[in-house]
Amino acid sequence: MRLTAYFVILVVGCIVFEIIWRGARVMNWEFLFSMPRRSGAEGGILPAIIGTFLLVAGSIAAAFPLGVATAIYLSEYARQGRFTHAVRVAIATLAGIPSIVFGLFGLGLFVIFFGWGCSIMSGCATLACMILPTIIVSSEEALRAVPQSLREGSLALGATKWQTIWSNVLPYSIGGMLTGTILAIGRAAGETAPILLTVAAFYLPRLPHSAFDQVMALPYHLYVLSTQHPDTAAVQPKAYGTALVLLILVLGVGLAAIILRIRVRKKYKW
Amino acid sequence: MVEWKNNGLSKTKIHVSNLDFYYGVTQALFDITMDIPSQRVTALIGPSGCGKSTFLRTLNRMNDIIDGTRVTGQVLIDDEDIYGSGADVVSLRKRVGMVFQKSNPFPKSLFDNVAYGPRTHGIKNHKQLSDIVERSLRRAALWDEVKDRLNVSAMDLSGGQQQRLCIARALAIEPEILLMDEPASALDPKATAKIEDLIDQLSDDYTIVIVTHNMQQAARVSDVTAFFYEGHLIEMGQTEQIFTKPQQKRTEDYITGRFG
Repeated sequence: MRLTAYFVILVVGCIVFEIIWRGARVMNWEFLFSMPRRSGAEGGILPAIIGTFLLVAGSIAAAFPLGVATAIYLSEYARQGRFTHAVRVAIATLAGIPSIVFGLFGLGLFVIFFGWGCSIMSGCATLACMILPTIIVSSEEALRAVPQSLREGSLALGATKWQTIWSNVLPYSIGGMLTGTILAIGRAAGETAPILLTVAAFYLPRLPHSAFDQVMALPYHLYVLSTQHPDTAAVQPKAYGTALVLLILVLGVGLAAIILRIRVRKKYKW
Repeated sequence: MVEWKNNGLSKTKIHVSNLDFYYGVTQALFDITMDIPSQRVTALIGPSGCGKSTFLRTLNRMNDIIDGTRVTGQVLIDDEDIYGSGADVVSLRKRVGMVFQKSNPFPKSLFDNVAYGPRTHGIKNHKQLSDIVERSLRRAALWDEVKDRLNVSAMDLSGGQQQRLCIARALAIEPEILLMDEPASALDPKATAKIEDLIDQLSDDYTIVIVTHNMQQAARVSDVTAFFYEGHLIEMGQTEQIFTKPQQKRTEDYITGRFG
């Protein structure tokens, strides 16, 4: 048992060490802040960083309000019964669907049917669908963690249901909601499959012009550099550099989630 | 059931007639009829599960928030039917404040706790809110203990202080009636005594209905006592009479400790 635990640490250590060791060698200002040249063999990864940033921001902007509203409806308003049960099963199923299937769904619905083409819009919408279950589930948990007695106390003072939720439930649950959302950000930033079919550009050494433009994105760029590039051996250092940036981004977001949770826990305890 | 006529004590504030209450298909209250006198303390006593808390919660319609509950019969407050078709729950709860068994201060500052109700009802002026907060805390006999630290979290108070804060919070919306659901059951004797003193003072201005497990407490604080058993109102009368000359066998058995 203890050995397996050590083994896990060893594996994680190897991966992280390898990426840092190899990635750090190409890490410099030019790599972070300039356009790629010669299919990524030279230059930097700025458009991929910007692309990932836009995709994450867009998908959160769509999924957060929708997810929180769904959670509020499910746990505060809906009468618990067959319907809410069906919705919860649907959410759990949605959470278990492989990301490539979301990609295919996005391709069918947003790219083709809505006619948005391969674009930031399509990519954000697809990623939003993918992270929606995470946000709903964590928001519902955060709402349920607020004791019923606080709702009763507020209602007994003549507050309406919405006033109660707005000023005596949401303030205490927003921390938990944000924690879930930040984890979703990490996932949206890291997934390759959903953006592969809906937005990601193979090689596009410029910044996007509009929401209907394609962009590069870090995970897809990494995939391209490692397997699709005509000279994978030559661009390998760049691939490790990209991996390091992605890793730092995702770990950084996870760390932010932990700090936020600690701070909110301190502020509201009962 | 013995019907108690509220004659002479004071005018009737709440008139309940033929009230039945159901959780789903289970009936919890049977044909309750009673008059609750104005500006007096009415105690509801009885063994666990006898329906006294459920009855208390019908008076400000707090049971409405539980799915599948149903009420029949009438509850008149100042001759207004609170279950009538035009009745507004929000304005009802402004008139009928409630203090819960387990003190439930909001995880906010003391000031924000007491100001919660008035703010909800649209008062934004800070000076006005400060006045309400001070007045309410004074009435709840808490002002002197907390006046220098209104910005600390309510969770930092002791249990007894938290319960008095909840009373202050209920008073801040200037109710006419105060419902108390075993307000001292989780407190030590000293804090309990403070709450009881407070109830005594408040009864000059408010109609108080208090549920209690503790018969000595009912005897100490109330003017009128109602004994509930298995969802029925068994007997109601002036507290002294109930505790010295109960009319019903079951009341006598309960107050002498033969069951409960």
